[in-house]
Amino acid sequence: MRLDTEQKKALISAVAGSIIAHTDELTTLDQAIGDGDHGYNMKRGFEAVLTDAEMLSAKPLPDFLKAIGMKLVSTVGGASGPLYGTLFMALGKELPAEPSREEAVSAFGAAILAVKTRGKSDVGQKTMLDVLVPTHETMAQGAGAVAIKTTAARAASATVPMRATRGRASFLGERSIGHMDPGARSSSLMIAALCDLFGES
Amino acid sequence: MANVGIVIVSHSPKVAEGAADMVRQMVGEDVPLAWTGGDPSGGLGTSFEAITQAIDRAWSESGVAILVDLGGAETNSEMAVESLPENRRHRVVICNAPIVEGAVIAATEASGGANLATVRRTAEELSP
Repeated sequence: MRLDTEQKKALISAVAGSIIAHTDELTTLDQAIGDGDHGYNMKRGFEAVLTDAEMLSAKPLPDFLKAIGMKLVSTVGGASGPLYGTLFMALGKELPAEPSREEAVSAFGAAILAVKTRGKSDVGQKTMLDVLVPTHETMAQGAGAVAIKTTAARAASATVPMRATRGRASFLGERSIGHMDPGARSSSLMIAALCDLFGES
Repeated sequence: MANVGIVIVSHSPKVAEGAADMVRQMVGEDVPLAWTGGDPSGGLGTSFEAITQAIDRAWSESGVAILVDLGGAETNSEMAVESLPENRRHRVVICNAPIVEGAVIAATEASGGANLATVRRTAEELSP
């Protein structure tokens, strides 16, 4: 798969557009079990990425992803900055300029591992990993865009009954149960935006 | 050998500055000290770049001990440490200690010329 400059711009505008459009929802989710800053932090980060879309999209795919990651790290502010920043930077590090599907699946797996290390976390702790990991498994099985998107949305919903044991929400213990994890939701929004964009290809 | 430096990273600039004031009053001027607080747009939060700059301001050849408050302060500090040049990276530690008491105790230890490992251990003895 080769992404040209226009496709990279479309990727930024789809992902950033979805996050920015859901700022209030992410804020509300984070107010329930975190400190309420996830929506605005993510909005600030992706607005910065949007501002630089032209410059970023001119880069080859690996550098494009690394630069998005670095932008998120330096602008998001909360813990989600380093976590999403690490995800994009690791993807950029792992992917060749024109990856095959197998290479994309393998790079995504390596990037998830980098996020686990950064967050000292794993699946089942009510975090973004509870969306990323099942999504990766579905991708690895050869699923199409619709199935991948559905997996991500279901995985985000599946964080509702979980008890948080990592991050700010873990302070709430039992009271974290019954709310969707905001990081799981933002991950599923990004995956949905990408699936909609690349659905036909 | 220079004294170990101390960096204070809080979500709130007021907390970070206040903790730094306490260190200065109680420990004095013998320890390189820097503080940072607030996200990149000035709200509550932490900033990777501001932390990187604070490490630079408090830099000592004996190393730097960082005190953090919650979640993102730690994650952003870890990222900042890993992004340092190779020759500095291994001389910066993040202390698992309460931010205010940890900063004062770490600075007290550092002012006596203790090495980085001792400064860190002394601060971390405050954690339950």
